[in-house]
Amino acid sequence: MKGHARLAAAFLKQEERAHWHDQALWYVREKRDRMAASIPDWEALRETAQAIKRHALANLPSYLEEFERNAVARGAIVHYALDAAEHNRIVLEILKRRNARLVAKSKSMLSEECSLNEFLEQHGVEVVETDLAERIIQLAGERPSHIVLPSIHIRKEEVGEIFHEHLGTESGESDPTRLTRAARAHLREKFLAAEAGISGVNFAVAETGAVVICTNEGNADLGNSLPDLYIAVMGVEKVIPKTRDLSVFLRLLSRSATGQPISAYTSHLLGPRPGQEMHVVVVDNGRSEILQREKFYKAAFCIRCGACLNTCPVYRRSGGHSYNFVIPGPIGTILAMHRDLKKYKDMPYASTLCGSCSAVCPVKIDIHRQIVLWRNAVVEAGYLGWAKSAALKTATLGMKSTRLFRLGGWVVRRLSRVLPPAVFNNRLTIWGKSRDLPKMPARSFRAEYRSYSRSKKKRLESRVGREGRS
Amino acid sequence: MSLGRVGLFIPCYIDQVYPRVGMAAVRLLEKLGVPFEFPEDQTCCGQPQFNSGCFKDAAKLAGKMFRIFKDFDWVVCPSGSCTGMVREFYELLLGREKEKDDFKHLVSHTFELCEFLIDILKVETVDGSFPHKVGLHQSCHGLRGLGLGVPSEQVLPGQTGKVKRLLESLRGIEIVTTGRSDECCGFGGTFSVFEGAVSSFIGRDRIRDYEEAGAEVIVSYDVSCLMHLDGLIRRDKKRLRVLHVAEVLNRAVA
Repeated sequence: MKGHARLAAAFLKQEERAHWHDQALWYVREKRDRMAASIPDWEALRETAQAIKRHALANLPSYLEEFERNAVARGAIVHYALDAAEHNRIVLEILKRRNARLVAKSKSMLSEECSLNEFLEQHGVEVVETDLAERIIQLAGERPSHIVLPSIHIRKEEVGEIFHEHLGTESGESDPTRLTRAARAHLREKFLAAEAGISGVNFAVAETGAVVICTNEGNADLGNSLPDLYIAVMGVEKVIPKTRDLSVFLRLLSRSATGQPISAYTSHLLGPRPGQEMHVVVVDNGRSEILQREKFYKAAFCIRCGACLNTCPVYRRSGGHSYNFVIPGPIGTILAMHRDLKKYKDMPYASTLCGSCSAVCPVKIDIHRQIVLWRNAVVEAGYLGWAKSAALKTATLGMKSTRLFRLGGWVVRRLSRVLPPAVFNNRLTIWGKSRDLPKMPARSFRAEYRSYSRSKKKRLESRVGREGRS
Repeated sequence: MSLGRVGLFIPCYIDQVYPRVGMAAVRLLEKLGVPFEFPEDQTCCGQPQFNSGCFKDAAKLAGKMFRIFKDFDWVVCPSGSCTGMVREFYELLLGREKEKDDFKHLVSHTFELCEFLIDILKVETVDGSFPHKVGLHQSCHGLRGLGLGVPSEQVLPGQTGKVKRLLESLRGIEIVTTGRSDECCGFGGTFSVFEGAVSSFIGRDRIRDYEEAGAEVIVSYDVSCLMHLDGLIRRDKKRLRVLHVAEVLNRAVA
């Protein structure tokens, strides 16, 4: 598996495309800024959101039970799954029992995390993604490169090609409106034919048993109301205590995610519609382990808005697929590390630690601080790699002793003045590949300061001497 | 007010590669009448090791820094990220010292040069002139970790950054407005080497922002970011120059 640095370098080879990717995401970040600024109490709202999450997750068992009680009272059937495999099995069993072979599915990062689509398709169930961008990704045979804007790496001309191949649109068509209409007509057929709907969940309200889903396309609403079978899948961390807590989260979510005041559709599902069977599958899949880790538990507060991806200078210039994990970018990094430290060891290093991720996070996760703590975990596990470790160890030795430090500096400065610049500024050195090394001074600061202080002292003494004589 | 003993903390790369920045800080402090000492034993705060995840190595250097500076009343440093290292992260490295009074004192009395001027010396304006178009590069650790500026993603109405306030008080200076007012330059310490391609790409984007805004000079309180930007500027043979804020203030003040 290629690491982030290599995949990112490959992504940047197409320079014009990389700029386009960066600018598309920056546009969303700026929209987010404007929307955030429209709420004077924005920073207090983030504090409140974190406090609610902290409280809800500290009391998770009781809130889950309360949610279950109320959802069941409204006619839903609630299941618990310990991990991805159990989640997939439960969903498949429900579908099989009702003999459902075509599923209209709404976007869900949890199902991506569990690889639900692949699993269902292996068992003869056709899954149609009904979110437009997700459908594009599905037809292209790719995986999302962003958690809210899954096909942000694909341009409209490429969408045209994908639709031409799969939906029979005209070759060369790249007009977004016409492409969207084609997708809508195609998806409408699927909605009408689907025997089941599956969607993710944004919030599960304990006091009412409501499942709350936010979309811009209304696709989740068709998926959960047309078929006679509907399955909502959610991570345990989605539960919030009260309906009034939504007044905090709904104000934060869309503003942070896409720079909208609120998503076009916010649906509160209070049980199945008449004649429908509704299931809620509640999945842990490692979440309670995250909550037990003192330095890292806040990662479980994430509401999957994607703001940290949009603001990340590295994500914007390397694309979601360079991260190797189902969730890319800063939040993906601190979630991946819980999953497999060794496999994703390069992810925490794909950051400049600029801290913008933590500053945009609507639930104030200390993302960049966690990233540096994860780097330490990688080092302690011995996964940094010998070259990097040796370089840093040598530097430490050299800096621990003031004498060695001075000697080392002297040697480097001498060498840089004796050797031609091409020795340093070439393609073989990583720094010099695209940057010039600084011009080395003749003397260090400490040498310069010493002679400066000495001559200043002399000046002072001679002045004192003169003044004394006069 | 008597300041007591002020220790000058000069980051390793300023000592070895950018002595002019250290000397500018020295002369500026003298012009402002601040008596200070430069403890010669100092080397590096341990940030490169810490940011790479090598906390044990970083702790050795942090321990050395602590021993050298613990008896000072104030520690002043011409770098946002090295100051941030001491203030934000030493407690993660020096667990045994954490509860000691002199450790708490060091952590709470280490200041970046500009914030020392504003917060401790109560300097509101600097009497001097710098008739140039300046792109103020708000290096991330100082911007978000120390609050030297107002991060563009936060909603903090009515606030102006500290470094900006100092620079704006100079006669003739024009601080240009760039798109993406505080985008990272892509340096990121060892990131600049571990992820050279992304690092350089981000840096070139940032330089373009300053060029388009018409800046002549990029000014920052972190010369590490400037080293990276300057490396790109010289490779691409551009006309922009880089200066540390201490150099600007020192030149401006007669």
